[in-house]
Amino acid sequence: MEIVDKLLNHSRLALSKAITAVENEYDDAVKIMTEIYPHTGNAYVIGITGPPGAGKSTLTDKLAKEYRKRGKTVGIVAIDPTSPYSGGAILGDRIRMMDLTADEGIFVRSMATRGSLGGLSQKAGDAVKLMDAFGMDVIIVETVGVGQSEVDIVKTADTTMVVVIPGMGDDIQAIKAGILEIGDLFTINKADREGTDKLNIEIEMMLELNPEHVGWRPPINRTIASKGEGIEAVVDSIEAHKAYLIDSGKLNDIRKKRIKNEVEAMLNDRVNRYIDKEVIQTQEFDDLVVKMQSREIEPYSVVDDIVGKVLK
Amino acid sequence: MAFEEIKAGLEKYHAEVEAKLVKNPERANLVPNRLYTPVDLGENFDYMTKLGFPGEYPYTRGVQPTMYRGRFWTMRMYAGFSTAEESNKRYRYLLANGGSGLSCAFDLPTQIGYDSTDPMAEGEVGKVGVAIDSLADMEILFDQISLDKVSTSMTINAPASVLLAMYIAVAEKQGVSADKLRGTIQNDILKEYAARGTYIFPPKPSMRLITNIFEYCSKNVPLWNTISISGYHIREAGSTASQEIAFTIADGIAYVEAAIKAGLDVDAFAGRLSFFWNAHNNVLEEVAKFRASRRVWSKVMKERFGAKKAKSMMLRVHTQTAGSMLTAQQPNNNIVRVALQTAAAVMGGTQSLHTNSKDEALALPTTESVTIALRTQQIVAYESGLADTVDPLGGSYYVEALTDKIEAEAWEYIKKIDEIGGAPEAIAKGYIQKEIQDSAYKWQMEIEKGDRIIVGVNKFTQEEEAPKNLLRVDGSVGKLQAEKIAALKARRDNAAVEAALKALEAGCADENVNLMPLILDAVRAYATEGEICGVMRKVFGEYQPHTTL
Amino acid sequence: MANVKVLVAKPGLDGHDRGAKVVARALRDAGFEVIYTGIRLTPEQIAEAALQDDVNVVALSLLSGAHNTLFPKVVELLKEKGLNDVLVIGGGVIPDADIPGLKAAGIAEVFTPGTPTSKIVDFINANVK
Repeated sequence: MEIVDKLLNHSRLALSKAITAVENEYDDAVKIMTEIYPHTGNAYVIGITGPPGAGKSTLTDKLAKEYRKRGKTVGIVAIDPTSPYSGGAILGDRIRMMDLTADEGIFVRSMATRGSLGGLSQKAGDAVKLMDAFGMDVIIVETVGVGQSEVDIVKTADTTMVVVIPGMGDDIQAIKAGILEIGDLFTINKADREGTDKLNIEIEMMLELNPEHVGWRPPINRTIASKGEGIEAVVDSIEAHKAYLIDSGKLNDIRKKRIKNEVEAMLNDRVNRYIDKEVIQTQEFDDLVVKMQSREIEPYSVVDDIVGKVLK
Repeated sequence: MAFEEIKAGLEKYHAEVEAKLVKNPERANLVPNRLYTPVDLGENFDYMTKLGFPGEYPYTRGVQPTMYRGRFWTMRMYAGFSTAEESNKRYRYLLANGGSGLSCAFDLPTQIGYDSTDPMAEGEVGKVGVAIDSLADMEILFDQISLDKVSTSMTINAPASVLLAMYIAVAEKQGVSADKLRGTIQNDILKEYAARGTYIFPPKPSMRLITNIFEYCSKNVPLWNTISISGYHIREAGSTASQEIAFTIADGIAYVEAAIKAGLDVDAFAGRLSFFWNAHNNVLEEVAKFRASRRVWSKVMKERFGAKKAKSMMLRVHTQTAGSMLTAQQPNNNIVRVALQTAAAVMGGTQSLHTNSKDEALALPTTESVTIALRTQQIVAYESGLADTVDPLGGSYYVEALTDKIEAEAWEYIKKIDEIGGAPEAIAKGYIQKEIQDSAYKWQMEIEKGDRIIVGVNKFTQEEEAPKNLLRVDGSVGKLQAEKIAALKARRDNAAVEAALKALEAGCADENVNLMPLILDAVRAYATEGEICGVMRKVFGEYQPHTTL
Repeated sequence: MANVKVLVAKPGLDGHDRGAKVVARALRDAGFEVIYTGIRLTPEQIAEAALQDDVNVVALSLLSGAHNTLFPKVVELLKEKGLNDVLVIGGGVIPDADIPGLKAAGIAEVFTPGTPTSKIVDFINANVK
């Protein structure tokens, strides 16, 4: 395909249009992904998540600059939530990364969640693959740590970083429940604020209780991203984690698991769409529902029936 | 006093009116109460603590004992465009026609510390104000204007120290010593972060520059107003009246705290602090806002900072009519709006006033439209009678109740900002910006739903021809300035410039140095504004805005 | 699902962002995906951001009078980057006399003060490619 050739030839326009194709589910999206797939698997993927207001985009901006200093090219996928009321969205991450536009070695793409639950992680995953094929060395996926689908996205990264800030009060409890256990490293941003030490201790304590971290103890870094302080140490920690994954053979496991998850998600998606179109949206199904409501039939044998037909 | 009698009468009145509302309905969306009476002020309304007398604490009725019975407010028209030569002509015209003070508008490159030749300046040179690149331009700007006779206000913030230094240097050349200079620099960086956008440096060095100016002027330029703490732009960005004064006074608190922290005595500088309000469309609300702001500030200075001098507690204010309320549609209507806004500012007791011109929603004002705007002030002063007694609306049940309400809302915000950690922190967290934006959005939606009527915009609209005779500033100004800079760099003593800039750079790195004398030296050597600000950018870095939507 | 993406940007040095922010919010509430990029941007930054986010619309706001220089420059750079079907609109303090020149330079429509946001929404819906 022309667009794939151009993308592999470092056309930024082609990369951008290819991401749009997968984002909007254009007809040629599958073909694009099929053709670029052999060219993927080279980039190192970093997931960044944390509560709103933690300074993730500013931190991402600074991390990108630090990686550029170290000679790496950087792709960024920044995800913002879609308003459930209007279907619109303010994609607010780019504003903190405007001076990255001057650098040819960086490509930033904003994405809205568009209310698609499973679909988002697939689309974000495809955007990562496209940047990978384009030749980006490092790809950062940044998203707010609310909602399961966002967590799913960063979970597929090679290294996942959780960003927190002091002074969130009881919020830390909520985060604990959701995203703290997925962090391979932690960054306390805005670390010039009161409560930094306390937060540090809280995370330490939580890590003590988590038996999953065998062989790698997540480091806790402190940054003031707005002033660019502490950024080098964060990148060093990411690199240390990468080295650990490679040495221990775990990177291989992670990536295998990622492919498995991706294919599983694709299968689920395909099956769901098929069932939706061929079963749920049919008159026949409506009639069945009416009969169930009047208790003429019961749903259990209906499901058996349908599954028997669909998965024959 | 039969307070209970009034209360009973009021209840009866409302009951009777309510009964007839089906037949005689009232307009929708009315914010004030139907009627104001002594009941709204409360039985224990204490004249002396709430109002007092003009020129006395808490200054609700005005900062001077006789207000405009002695001297009218300063009619100060904000002007400046294109080159220093062009603007100088406009200044001399305004002074010759009864303007009593100057007010300099600088173009955006000047306001953000770029020379006209900087790539960032492309397209902007001479557009919203006059382009000043060096002392040489400033000499032309004030040519044939005696700086000991005129008071000059300069709308300059991030590089205020540089432009003030240029003004002092021009005066030196005229043989006028700095202690004779009267005027104001805006010098209010916090509202730049929150609402206006012409910041350069991060908060810490910016606050240092400001306190450096306070200190330098208290010793060398004692008649100069060292800051004009501005609500004007906060209001233009869409805030309400209460937010305007609350956020601005919170900024004022931050400046006073910074100066005290830098070791200055509060009474040594507080008398030179001045304010800048917006005169908006709702006349009586605006009058109440002016009155409330004086009461709040005097309490802040007396109770919070322990100021002793009366001057330290007075909120002296410059006012500009609301630019954002001018409409591009039926521009002649703007003359009427400005007249009403002028009345509000005068009844509110302003110390000086700029009136906008009718064509400013379309372009910079022409000489003709500026003249109408100036005449508007003169008509209010000489013909309307509004200036003939002090605080003419004092005692109006409505205006007093509104003054109390705005004051209460302002205290509420100030408390909230204190809890966040002060104005700089509230701006860093985006709190103030968010509050302003929410108000702006609400206002716009009210207009679009028809809940708020703007004549000629969403009601009484008509087809009209495009207005003619707008002032145009063409692209040649940029070229002209570039030639001037090249010629200057060829004729000045470049070694002296370099030495001065080096000394400034060293000074920037040492927090204990007052930068004003070093900047003045660089200015005298004809270093350009871009060179001076470039040195400071190098040491201080640049501000990264916090933008939320 | 092809949502309309709009980049709202302020080229030049003008800091008056009330209008740009109100428009950005109104566009969000009308169902668009809005990328607000803030103040003090060069035309190059705006065009590159438009490319990376593959937006359908670039909405420029400027009140300083530099529109005749900066708006056409954005259009030029978009074309240079191969973004030929982006709808570029502008708003701000812009004299009527300048509008034909801006349109000739590729600005699809110019919205002056007092324009309801709904009119901008309608224009985008009618003209976006």
